[in-house]
Amino acid sequence: MSNYPKPDGPTLRAIYEKAARIQFNDERVIKEIKAGKLVMPFYSTRGQEIIPAAISVSLTDDDYVNTIYRGGHDQIAKGFPLPDYWAEIAGRVTGACKGKGGPMHLTYPAKGIMVTTGIVGSTAPIANGLAWAAKLEGKGRVTIANFGDGAANIGAVHEAMNMAALWQLPVIFVCQNNAYAEHTSMARSTRVDSYAKRAAGYAMEGIRVDGNDPDEMYGAARWAIDRARAGEGPTFIEATTFRFNGHLIGEAGGYMDKELYAASQTRDPMPILRRRLVDQGIAAAGELDALDASIRAEIDAAVQAAYAADYPDPSELKVDVLVDAIA
Amino acid sequence: MTEPVKMTMIDAINRALHDAMEENGKILLLGEDVADPEDGGVFGATRGLSTRFGEDRVKSTPISEQAIVGAAIGASLVGYRPVAEVMLMNFMTVAMDMLVNHAAKLRFMSGGQTSVPITVRTMTGSGLSLGGQHSDFVEAWFAHTAGMKVVIPSSANDAYGLLRSAIDDADPVIFVETLPIYWAQGEVSFERIPIGKARVCREGSDLTIIAYGQMVSHSLTVATELAKQGKSVEVIDLRTVSPWDRETVLASVAKTGRALIVHEAVKEYGVGAEIASVIGEALFGRLVAPVQRLGAAYCPVPFSKPLEQAFAPNAESIGAAAAALLS
Repeated sequence: MSNYPKPDGPTLRAIYEKAARIQFNDERVIKEIKAGKLVMPFYSTRGQEIIPAAISVSLTDDDYVNTIYRGGHDQIAKGFPLPDYWAEIAGRVTGACKGKGGPMHLTYPAKGIMVTTGIVGSTAPIANGLAWAAKLEGKGRVTIANFGDGAANIGAVHEAMNMAALWQLPVIFVCQNNAYAEHTSMARSTRVDSYAKRAAGYAMEGIRVDGNDPDEMYGAARWAIDRARAGEGPTFIEATTFRFNGHLIGEAGGYMDKELYAASQTRDPMPILRRRLVDQGIAAAGELDALDASIRAEIDAAVQAAYAADYPDPSELKVDVLVDAIA
Repeated sequence: MTEPVKMTMIDAINRALHDAMEENGKILLLGEDVADPEDGGVFGATRGLSTRFGEDRVKSTPISEQAIVGAAIGASLVGYRPVAEVMLMNFMTVAMDMLVNHAAKLRFMSGGQTSVPITVRTMTGSGLSLGGQHSDFVEAWFAHTAGMKVVIPSSANDAYGLLRSAIDDADPVIFVETLPIYWAQGEVSFERIPIGKARVCREGSDLTIIAYGQMVSHSLTVATELAKQGKSVEVIDLRTVSPWDRETVLASVAKTGRALIVHEAVKEYGVGAEIASVIGEALFGRLVAPVQRLGAAYCPVPFSKPLEQAFAPNAESIGAAAAALLS
């Protein structure tokens, strides 16, 4: 890790800001679901905030991100506008996808959020096409393909990694290893002890980092992004983390190892990062309090606007199926 | 205008790809063996194109159908128009997630923010002793999936004209090439043929036969034979299976009062059922006989020659069905 770039103070603060927005938004979604105001499947990213926050500080709107149904953190880190996000998950016509996509299919191309898929492993093959286009354009765009440890065992991911290596595509495969594939632990689904080892099988750079450590995550991502922009091909990053809220909101998580779960709670990356910013004099506690409050106010406004908006008209069923409206 | 030229269907496809790529730099080709170092495809459909347009735009791939269709989707999301070759229609099953969950749905699920203007060329057809995993027609699966179009040409001219339109189309198009008629010669006029429009191949007043693919020439043979007996048969080449041309079909059956739908796919749950149902609903009082369907036997495509010959409709079985309807 010593060769990787290190985040400076302002970068760490930017990572915190993104991660806090992710955390507060996630907590608000759960609150709204529990209050019965939102009816939707929700796959919380609580605990995984640092991964996309530390990657996306090195990306621009021109770079592409594909993510999965557990992708709220990736989307918000990349700049998904909260009003468009909330109206979409509330199924309103003002949503980013006019209420036709919902939480598992959020898209916002204006910020490079190209595909959110509910199908495990499908981000990777499509990411290759985005990266192929970027390579043809020659503007140094990078594509991030996010997926979980469960997807690492899907054939599509292996096909995509082989093709990306063969074609030297500017794509970064980010395996967010949160210890459980749905309800199944890594040990009960996978013989290898690190998915990053598999990269060698494709002659690809493979890195395993602590995804909850902003230094490691930023450094590895920045290194991979710089390589991709320079035409040096794809990278596989396995970012270890832990999912605090089970697979789906509402399930008890009884399959989780109790010691592992307890230990993960003591390593919650959010208070650790906050403490560090204050201790190292990067930001004063009062300044972070104000930042947090402004983010919460932003979320609150987005929630209220979403609830105030209309549902789509049933005639929308015939629109956007094909390029021409169906008669 | 270019003078019509006599050529095979396979040459017409090659020419359509060439002309499209010449006109538009955003058109890309990918698939197994498609580049010239790999012979330009197992049947030579893409021969010469990588030499002409370069291997950045015409890419041979590993045997990885999910990665092929995924890469096509990804590039299409950002302005390219990839033509992916999935060598045989049975291999589409390997890429069904990419086709059904992604290509067909991304426009709708994104609320129209993204579209997937890909063409997926594939080949199939019984009659070449290829057996159960290399000769199926499964067009009904794709016709049943909202968000994609299905085109099946029956001649060299249609192959050229429909493929040009498929590549231009803003939606995903499944383009099915029928292997046993791949080397049949025909005059090609190098004009685009609109998707969704059927062709009345032969006019008649007593019976309408609706067919596509190699069933069209069998149906025309039957119409010629029946004409000798004083029976007037109208033959419609559907050309596009989805969306199909209700207007042309219903106008014809309203005139003749009798309809026979013929396809090479298994009859049960096939495209013929949909067409028969619509005809029945629209023209119930005007039909002089129940709408009939003719399709392949309810079994996988067999290998042994006599079995394979008995599997799909042919001029003899179409003739018998037509005669029964007219009696």
